[in-house]
Amino acid sequence: MAEALPPVMGRQWRRPPVITSTSLRWFIFIGTALYLVVGFATLDVNWQRIAQGWERGQRFLGGFAPPDFASRGDAIFDGVLESLWMAFAATVVGIILSIPIGVGGARNLVPPPVYVMCRSFMAITRTLPEILVAIIFVKLFGFGTFAGFVTLTFATIGYFGKLLAEDIEAVNQAPLEAMRAAGASWLQRLNYAVQPLVMPRAIGIAIYRLDMNFRESAVIGIVGAGGIGATLNTAFDRYEFPTAAAILLVIIVIVLGSEYLSAFCRRLVR
Amino acid sequence: MSVQSINHKREWQRYDRKAGLVRWLCWLIGLAVFVWCWQKISVGTEWSFVLDAPEQGADIIGRMLPPDWGYANTLMRPLWDTLNMATLGTMIAIFIAVPLAFLAAQNTTPSALFARPFALFCIVASRSINSVIWALVLVMILGPGVLAGTIAIALRSVGFIGKLLYEAIEETDHRPADAMASTGASQAQVISYGVVPQVMPVFAGIAVFRWDINIRESTILGLVGAGGLGIQLNSSIGNLDWSRVSVILLAIFATVIVSEWVSARIRKAVT
Repeated sequence: MAEALPPVMGRQWRRPPVITSTSLRWFIFIGTALYLVVGFATLDVNWQRIAQGWERGQRFLGGFAPPDFASRGDAIFDGVLESLWMAFAATVVGIILSIPIGVGGARNLVPPPVYVMCRSFMAITRTLPEILVAIIFVKLFGFGTFAGFVTLTFATIGYFGKLLAEDIEAVNQAPLEAMRAAGASWLQRLNYAVQPLVMPRAIGIAIYRLDMNFRESAVIGIVGAGGIGATLNTAFDRYEFPTAAAILLVIIVIVLGSEYLSAFCRRLVR
Repeated sequence: MSVQSINHKREWQRYDRKAGLVRWLCWLIGLAVFVWCWQKISVGTEWSFVLDAPEQGADIIGRMLPPDWGYANTLMRPLWDTLNMATLGTMIAIFIAVPLAFLAAQNTTPSALFARPFALFCIVASRSINSVIWALVLVMILGPGVLAGTIAIALRSVGFIGKLLYEAIEETDHRPADAMASTGASQAQVISYGVVPQVMPVFAGIAVFRWDINIRESTILGLVGAGGLGIQLNSSIGNLDWSRVSVILLAIFATVIVSEWVSARIRKAVT
């Protein structure tokens, strides 16, 4: 100890680095710097177009003062309602469909082949971006809310199913074992040992998913799947910036409201 | 849970009468709302289009099926653009979100009266608008291209990173910070030596997680003209060139899976 002290004395303390290996640290620094140079160099900024767009951007920002709720008020109102019932119906059907798949994805309830099948199905539904799914369903079912409804249902299955499966796997095993010992059938075990433990969190997830589905419905409308997104897209196509600004404000307000409402409901259930 | 006597026999029931009635009523209301919603959707739907969907689907898959593999070579540049949009967008977002998060967190904010509400408003506004809508607005102003997509990704990510980071800052152990303040450290020193080391691992995890989400989003931003694979996808769908569409879809799928794997590995290493 006595030998170790002198070189430390008289030197200033320095905080330990986040990445301890010196070579790895330099590798990451230099790699990041190189990437930034190459990345920004290939960004292709067209300054002329930006200068042209500046005036348009100002008009768009001007649209916010004041936003025009009135001239297309009916269309905005219809769009919001369409989004709302699309989201609600999709959440209900999606959850009903995701219950068997979620149960099938719980390792403690089903044999391994079923587990792998359900898990991979859910992984695929979660990997595809919603808007791509929407494009495909719009091609299949035609324009309108039905395609949007199917898209949101599809997305709900992957999300709700995965969280449900994880909840079931994390459930307290003691009631399950006790019921198995008493000779309960698989369905009885599911209904009396798993369902009551999972239910409160499942309701919370369902409310959150409803909130998410409404937010997504604003986006998938852009590719023709109905809802407020379609109204927004039309407003942009016609360069009606005050109306577009009004729609954006309506979306923000509803998203905020539904977020607080869903947080409140989830606290109530828990 | 209760035991009730029905026909002079004592039987166990899961809910007593009142709880059962309330539950039944909730289910009834939910069902009624669902039927009403379904009716609204059904009225606006051309059912003949829906019914011939299986044929349409078979037709599209038939056209997709020998994928046009030669087209994959032209996808390299859009793929690079897509990765660029996600990565640069995440980096720009980090530069904006980190100061916002420190302004918004209750224990580090310089003024709870002005700075905190302002920062919270920025975070909320950015978070409630999807990056596709940001892209739609920015393409109109900046013109189509990678720049609009990068900024759209950045604007959406500011809210996400900012929110998770300020929550992490508020959850830090306040004792080291208190100890430093009591020895006379300035506010900046407290943040730099007492708070930052605690949130650093969480921050790295959040950044990588958002990067992963951004890769997924940047693959589709091209649909509204903001560069990357989506532009190719949009034009191929417009030309009804389904054998190319299938190649692009596979490319998107592969990119998303690889980025998810990378981010899971990094997050495991960091935490």
